[in-house]
Amino acid sequence: MMKVPKVAFFDFTCCEGCQLQVTNLGEELLELLKFLDLVEFRETMSERWDGIYDIAVIEGSITTPHDVERIRRIRQRSRTLIAYGSCATIGGVNGMKNAFDLEEILQYVYGEGARFFTTLPTRPVHEVVPVEYFVHGCPVYQPEFLEVLKCALLGIPYHVPDVAVCVECKFNENVCFYERGLTCLGPITRAGCNSWCINNGNICYGCRGMVSNPNERGFLEVLERYGVRVEFLVRRMDMYNACRILKGAGKRHGEEHTR
Amino acid sequence: MGKSIRVDVEYLTRVEGHGNIVVDVRDGTLRECRLEIIESPRFFEGMLRGRSIFEAQHITSRICGICACAHSLASIQAAEEAIGFVPSEQTVKLRKFLLDIEILDSHILHIYFLVAPDLLGVKSFVPLVETHNAVVRRALRLKKTCNDVCDILVGRHVHPISCTVGGFTKLPRPGDLEKMRSLLLGMIPDLEATVDLVRGFRFPEFERETEYVALVSDDDEYPLLMGDIGSTDGVRLPKKEYRKITNEFVVPHSTAKHTRLNRDSYMVGALARLNLNFSKLHPRAKEIADLFGMNRKVTNPYLNTVAQLVECFHCLYHAVDIVEEFLKTGLNYDEEIVVGLNEKQRIPVRAGSGVGAVEAPRGTLYHHYEVDDYGRIMHANCVIPTGQNLRNIEYDMRKLVPEILDRSEEDIQLALEMLVRAYDPCISCSTHFLNVTFVGRDNPEGS
Repeated sequence: MMKVPKVAFFDFTCCEGCQLQVTNLGEELLELLKFLDLVEFRETMSERWDGIYDIAVIEGSITTPHDVERIRRIRQRSRTLIAYGSCATIGGVNGMKNAFDLEEILQYVYGEGARFFTTLPTRPVHEVVPVEYFVHGCPVYQPEFLEVLKCALLGIPYHVPDVAVCVECKFNENVCFYERGLTCLGPITRAGCNSWCINNGNICYGCRGMVSNPNERGFLEVLERYGVRVEFLVRRMDMYNACRILKGAGKRHGEEHTR
Repeated sequence: MGKSIRVDVEYLTRVEGHGNIVVDVRDGTLRECRLEIIESPRFFEGMLRGRSIFEAQHITSRICGICACAHSLASIQAAEEAIGFVPSEQTVKLRKFLLDIEILDSHILHIYFLVAPDLLGVKSFVPLVETHNAVVRRALRLKKTCNDVCDILVGRHVHPISCTVGGFTKLPRPGDLEKMRSLLLGMIPDLEATVDLVRGFRFPEFERETEYVALVSDDDEYPLLMGDIGSTDGVRLPKKEYRKITNEFVVPHSTAKHTRLNRDSYMVGALARLNLNFSKLHPRAKEIADLFGMNRKVTNPYLNTVAQLVECFHCLYHAVDIVEEFLKTGLNYDEEIVVGLNEKQRIPVRAGSGVGAVEAPRGTLYHHYEVDDYGRIMHANCVIPTGQNLRNIEYDMRKLVPEILDRSEEDIQLALEMLVRAYDPCISCSTHFLNVTFVGRDNPEGS
């Protein structure tokens, strides 16, 4: 009989909503459990496992020295690592703090308690340890997660769609938000979410990160046609993608920000 | 010579977020008793500064995956008040409906996945797949149904999409209303079976009366989305004075802030709401409360789980009432909004300050924003239920430990873990640590 792979979930700096997407699978989850041995999942399990993880699913960004040490330890014990959700894959909303002076933001939020905390510039997991698979999204889109998990279990690659959200949005026959007088990050954001937000009447906030080769000229034309300033769009992009611009900035300011 | 024990639970499991329990008893005397929070700081309030008030809901729902809808609703309420926007009656009703589903969903998760394993003597739901397969299936089914209703109403439960400042960007069609109604009614048998399950649980006996805080109102509706802030010690204040309730202060032995109202600590959450607003519960929820003897003031914090079960019934029937009303009257689809970041200035904006106070599953949640003339956020503050409960949990632990000192260390540890879990703490939410005691704590990041 084939050995059942040991799978574990770990959360770092995040809201744990992506883990929750697993319990939201309903009875399908029980089908999934036939193919893997869930050995750790702190949000819903007290069990611990001290062996090697065949697959470690990592939720959250790396934002403290403790996070750095912990992810390195987990990496050493894991055959395959899946970065799970925007916080893990691109830094996500946690990246917004990188645009601030870390000393100042600590002071603002924690006041006199600030001295109890240590914080580093936010980094996605792959900037600290090697990662084999990426599941983008805030939160992850369950059908894509199941697809990635299947690939990881079979040991075959998963290719993240590298076309714009607009492609899926067109299939879903949504009216373009630029036509409706709004701005939307769909034209430069990776597809794979089935244009989830736009289907529900909201704009794309860019949670899956940028496509690797955006159609820059085409997008600039769109912005010009609708009279949108580029800076306005860049500011919107910084909600999820601030780590992209500030990559290396942390090193300039000194690798560690301790008090 | 008294007994000496040391309980040190690192990475408390089956709670949302990261916490440690430390108890130190030497020679029969309790020397130390704390619940440490080791969640990495996330700086939401700091990061909001300079962003559009129309982005606040999107960003702050990411504070917590479990109560994303409650954060959204508190955020929207604060934002609308700050810019001077008054939502329509239809919008308010739909938001109440959303909050009902959020509380139902979160309570089910807590009862089945976080609490039940302790009372069934296992470490998690995983072994229950073998031993209590029907129970696990029921739990997953209930959870999934709440999720399906949220998918229809707001696109998804974890980080709702269509519920924004100004109203809803997509309104459910008549077929959607019908579908939500039948999904909700379909939950009733499973919820009734949950009553049988919980009746079989033996909750630890422990009493400690404290001050209970929740939203209160003058009308007949069980207040969850709107109201003043009230306490069982007779406090009643408008939400904009929330700081007088949460009342941060510095204690001599610590530079970290604590909260209290009239006593050493106070409790928020399902049990607090029941203690304050029992008479306004749905009749079926009251019947459930009667079954468990919960129709009086309850001071055993372990019974917060039962209070949640009572609220499950209230929220389910209340949500059904709302959806049935909409099925009768129909929805006004002209209210569907195209808002984005308010690029077209369809929603008038002015400078101001606004407070949102909402009953999240775990208790009263506050968001407070100040915006400038352009709707840019100048200041933000969030006070989350778990932060308010931490101090109360510590006081419970201090009373509980001496009462159970004759038990084995494993039993004491389990009793403490169960106590913390009973409060259903949501530590990721603790963007703003209100009352973490850092006594003798050299390394606040945890090990």
